[in-house]
Amino acid sequence: MLNLFGRSQSRDVAKNRLRNVLAHDRADTSPEFMEHLRNDVMRIVSEYVEVGGQGVDLQLQSVEDHVALVANIPVKQLRRRGRQGNN
Amino acid sequence: MGEVIVITSGKGGVGKTTTTANLGVALAQLGLKTCLVDADIGLRNLDVVLGLENRIVYDLVDVVEGFCRLRQALIRDKRLDGLSLLPAAQTKDKTAVTPEQMREVTEELRQEFDYILVDSPAGIEQGFKNAIAGAERALIVATPEVASVRDADRIIGLLEAAEIPPARLIVNRLRPGMVRKGDMMSVDDIVDILAIDLIGVVPEDEQIVVTTNRGEPAALSHDSRAGESYRAIARRIRGDEVPFAEMDEPAGFFSRLRRIFGQA
Ligand SMILES: Nc1ncnc2c1ncn2[C@@H]1O[C@H](COP(=O)(O)OP(=O)(O)O)[C@@H](O)[C@H]1O
Ligand SMILES: [Mg+2]
Repeated sequence: MLNLFGRSQSRDVAKNRLRNVLAHDRADTSPEFMEHLRNDVMRIVSEYVEVGGQGVDLQLQSVEDHVALVANIPVKQLRRRGRQGNN
Repeated sequence: MGEVIVITSGKGGVGKTTTTANLGVALAQLGLKTCLVDADIGLRNLDVVLGLENRIVYDLVDVVEGFCRLRQALIRDKRLDGLSLLPAAQTKDKTAVTPEQMREVTEELRQEFDYILVDSPAGIEQGFKNAIAGAERALIVATPEVASVRDADRIIGLLEAAEIPPARLIVNRLRPGMVRKGDMMSVDDIVDILAIDLIGVVPEDEQIVVTTNRGEPAALSHDSRAGESYRAIARRIRGDEVPFAEMDEPAGFFSRLRRIFGQA
């Protein structure tokens, strides 16, 4: 919501900033968290593509007013049929 | 056997000591034998909030060092049957007590009291570790501010790691008028972000300052809004189902506040 002067209400700003900072805090204070997420993403994605290079690179990034989970996954080649029988 | 509950927050100055004192009063008013333990060694505070500072003879460190028996260090509150305080030492530092010793002390208190409330120091270091050592439950105090909620989240993570069952949240110093204007996070906003259960909401209340000046916790008298909130939280600690709107607002404010809190 915007106030009279077109600025976001400080309540909303506070909420967004908190969500943002907590995403990073939670990832930072639990090293296994990102590791587990990376492993799970790797496992699922590998059913569809042959992952190349260094494998899955996952990062939390702050984008404008929200946090984004950004993945960079080098692809060696797509599998002919993803996740057997599904397509 | 009594239950040990730690009152903690991460951030300093958000109301842990005020909450501990008032919940102690409110629990004792319910007829429950309650012992308050000041775990903030070196920064003793709970005694003055309770108005018991002139009656201290021995303290927590004297107990763990064997200078006195636990019973001798307890101060009984003469205003209220069933309320006792185990004061912190003022001259030592946090390392004067170990988590293991803290566990022994609270274990001994469990034999005699229904509830043992441990007032935690700020931070996540040794003092915090001592405070949670014997705890079976945790109450987290947070004010509707970014830094306070952030620290609360960190503490929730540490309590989980220490395998203390899910903590419950007290939102302190809420100003409904500011929430309504969009200038303060609401209780729902905070509960949503922290993803823990709420146990109570304490409004910003001048009476807290006045009663703390006098060393007579707000919950002792029946004319403060904050006092009402503490009484409701005490009943929830005991296991009563107390509807939120019933207590968080004085009569008349009820429906308005219910809208603001966005909950029944
Ligand atoms: N609900 C409230 N309304 C007004 N003032 C409050 C409230 N809760 C706490 N305070 C004040 O805030 C200050 C810090 O409280 P305290 O209980 O000492 O915090 P902590 O133990 O977390 O450091 C004190 O001056 C206290 O009187
Ligand atoms: Mg304190």
